[in-house]
Amino acid sequence: MAATTVLVTDAAAAAAPRRAPRPARPRGGMTRKRGVDWLMLVLVSLGALLILAPFYLVLVNSFKSPVDYATSGPLAFPEALDFTGIQKFWERVNFPQKVWNSILISGVVSVLAVLLSMLNAFAIGIGRVRGRSWIVLLFLLANLLPQEALLYPLYYMFKEVGLYDSVWAVIIIFTVVQAAFGTYLLSAVYGTFPKEILEAASLDGATRWQILWRVVFPISRPTLSVLLIFFFIWTWNEFLIPLTFLASNANQTVPVAISVLQGDRLMDVTTTSASALLGIIPTLIFFLIFQRTLTRGITAGAVK
Amino acid sequence: MTTVTPPRRQQRASLPPEEPSIPQRSGGTGAYWLYLLPGLALLVVVVLVPLVWNVYLTFTKWRGVREPEFIGLDNWQKLLTDDDFWTSFGNSVWMVLAMVVVPTIVGLIVAALLFDVVGRKFGGKVGSFLRATYYLPQILPVAVAGIVIGWIVRPGGEGALNQILAVFRIGPVDWLGQMPSALIVLMVVLVWVQIGYPVVVFMAALQRVDPELYEAAELDGANWRQRFTAITMSIIRPEIFVVTLTCTIAALKVFGPVYVITGGGPAGATLVPAYYAYTEFFTKRNVGYGATIATVLTIVVVIVSIVFIRVQTSLERKERAGL
Repeated sequence: MAATTVLVTDAAAAAAPRRAPRPARPRGGMTRKRGVDWLMLVLVSLGALLILAPFYLVLVNSFKSPVDYATSGPLAFPEALDFTGIQKFWERVNFPQKVWNSILISGVVSVLAVLLSMLNAFAIGIGRVRGRSWIVLLFLLANLLPQEALLYPLYYMFKEVGLYDSVWAVIIIFTVVQAAFGTYLLSAVYGTFPKEILEAASLDGATRWQILWRVVFPISRPTLSVLLIFFFIWTWNEFLIPLTFLASNANQTVPVAISVLQGDRLMDVTTTSASALLGIIPTLIFFLIFQRTLTRGITAGAVK
Repeated sequence: MTTVTPPRRQQRASLPPEEPSIPQRSGGTGAYWLYLLPGLALLVVVVLVPLVWNVYLTFTKWRGVREPEFIGLDNWQKLLTDDDFWTSFGNSVWMVLAMVVVPTIVGLIVAALLFDVVGRKFGGKVGSFLRATYYLPQILPVAVAGIVIGWIVRPGGEGALNQILAVFRIGPVDWLGQMPSALIVLMVVLVWVQIGYPVVVFMAALQRVDPELYEAAELDGANWRQRFTAITMSIIRPEIFVVTLTCTIAALKVFGPVYVITGGGPAGATLVPAYYAYTEFFTKRNVGYGATIATVLTIVVVIVSIVFIRVQTSLERKERAGL
């Protein structure tokens, strides 16, 4: 998922104003709704229901007792709200601890990765260091690589330095991986940074470091905050590397903790459903909070 | 992910190529290397060294302890006759079908419908709501998405899908224990997760179209299909490109759903390269062989990226020449 998403540039701004004049037009007045249009609406809505169906199934069955599930089947609402499945799984994985691990890893990674991307992009986009197109390509490549190609050496290296089974191993790796993408993106953004502003600051006697923090950072803050949100969610959703590096239960992230328990004896049908629900809920909350940023963010970068 | 340069190319025409945007008092661009230092150092330690090391491991036999034993090209030769290896890359084709071909085609149709019909005739709110619905599975960790679908196809009489089928007197199906249903379940997970991405990207692309254009076309008697091919498709082309590239790479790297749902089974029939390499590393402790599979995967990913970007640039060039 991570790499499939592309981020905000000024194109978002370009796309936005186009919608503005439209509400002035009387809705449904200009355009007749014909039978075909209703048919199309029904078709798209059916597709949407199909997308929602798995969510519905997991939601209703997480609140059933096994007996209720056996008698009423998977489609019906629960006869009475039953929290045993959720409670059993919650306690078994120590859910708050897993949420905390995920928040810690994703939070630290997103902040560090944004910082690192900013430093890199400052040198590449504004400093225009020699050979920068090659450097950008290098970072892009680092982001595209399958993680399997780094996995075993990393595993061995971190074992040697005593960071195996530590959240810090995961934090270090993802800071680099996310910053690789951030560098690629921000370098292009900083490459078009208004030159006049930089010159003015320089004439006022600001050093490069001051220009970075007092001029470039505040002006590019909207882009940086979008990057931050994306890094957070991408890191939250990562699976292979946390699975490999976080061996002991106490260090695991939400997706890993839920996955490794799937074959467990405890996992009867409603408890498994509850485990899926607990995996969905945190990301669902992010989605509700950041929905606008997310949809605007993914789309804009795709356009040049 | 677009190609590296576009925004900067215009800039380069107006600026001397190697000059920083901040006027220099002393030194040249040299001092900027200081800012790159932490980033490059970390990149070397976390990406470049492991990458080279991994390639070296392909020429060795190693169980993860003591010294790796150099065995030349043995691992590479083993690939040629290893059925599991070919199955895993064969399955990648199915993953591409599920993550690229189906979502792109369905995404095109849904985006066009939402924009052209629903958005225009039933109001933007309905359109945005449906778009958000299609996008919803995209935010799930792919492993969790796998668990959700895996729960639905749980084998035996208690599985949700089997219970629903029982109403039609169809006996419990062992979805994950046989082919092709196990592979189909994996593909369903990927389609479900992936469908929202093209929908959102394509709809944003359509914002570039002047709504009057659709209305004019409609007044001229163009039907939905004609509007779709003449307007929608030609506008969305660059986005189709980006979506295909990024999703193809993601499809080649699929790991999570296989890990949580089938574990490569039944009998290795749903192996994918990433999962195969993982089991060689950590279950069978054939580190050298796992490294070889991972290296092949890397080569494929790099080739795919280069081919895509090449094709894109040459198409763009042709387009410009045509204008």
